[in-house]
Amino acid sequence: MAIEVSIPTILRQYTSGEKTVAGKGATLAELLSDLDLRHPGLAGRIVDDGGLKRFVNVYINDEDVRFLGGLETPLADGDSVTVLPAVAGG
Amino acid sequence: MLRIGKAIYDAIIAHARADHPDEACGVVAGPLGSDRPVRFIPMTNAERSPTFYRFDSLEQLKVWREMDAKDEQPVVIYHSHTATEAYPSRTDISYASEPGAHYVLVATRHPDDAEVRSFRIVDGEVSEEEVVVVGSAE
Repeated sequence: MAIEVSIPTILRQYTSGEKTVAGKGATLAELLSDLDLRHPGLAGRIVDDGGLKRFVNVYINDEDVRFLGGLETPLADGDSVTVLPAVAGG
Repeated sequence: MLRIGKAIYDAIIAHARADHPDEACGVVAGPLGSDRPVRFIPMTNAERSPTFYRFDSLEQLKVWREMDAKDEQPVVIYHSHTATEAYPSRTDISYASEPGAHYVLVATRHPDDAEVRSFRIVDGEVSEEEVVVVGSAE
C-alpha cells in the first residue's frame, strides 16, 4: 500500500528537503504514525493532544479532512494526501 | 526590500479598502526564486472578521497547486488591519508559515490614507523592509 504525501516548504526540514514522501496506513492517524517513523518530528507539526492542529490543513484527494473523518478518515492505496499550513493571522 | 509594480500595489490597497471593515487577504505569486511579485491573487477571508483572517482551505489548495504547476511561489502574502497599525500582530507572527514570503500589511483605519508596510517573518522573528513601488513616477 502506498500513499503519496505532499509536504509544504516549512515541513521539508523533516523530510531532508523532499516535497513528497510515501507512507501507509488504514487511516490518516496511522499514516502520520508511519511517516513519523522515517521522518521524526513530522507528525508533531500536524497533530497535537487535541487531534489535528487547528492551523494545519490536511487534504485527502483534494478534500479537507475536517469534512471527512479527521484523523480517522480511512485511506486506500493510491490516495494522495497534501499538508498545507493554514494562512491566517489577525 | 520588496520591489512591487504599482498596478499590483494599488490592487492590494483597493482590495483592503473594498473589504473594510473586514480584514482582506491574498497572495502575489511570482516565478520560483525570482522574488518578483507578478500575479495578483486576492483570496476570500473565510473568517470574514475585522480582526482575523484565514484563507479558505479549498481555495488555498487550488492556489497552491496552481503555483506549483506554474513553478511559482507566494512572493507576497498580504492582509489588512482595519483598526490597528500595519505591523504584524502576535497571531500574524505565530502563524507565518512561508519563510520565503514578504508579509505585507495594509492599515485601513484612515479612509483617506492607506499605510502599507512589508516584513519578513522567519522562525518567529520579524524584520521590516523597504517597499519600492516600481513604475510610480508619473
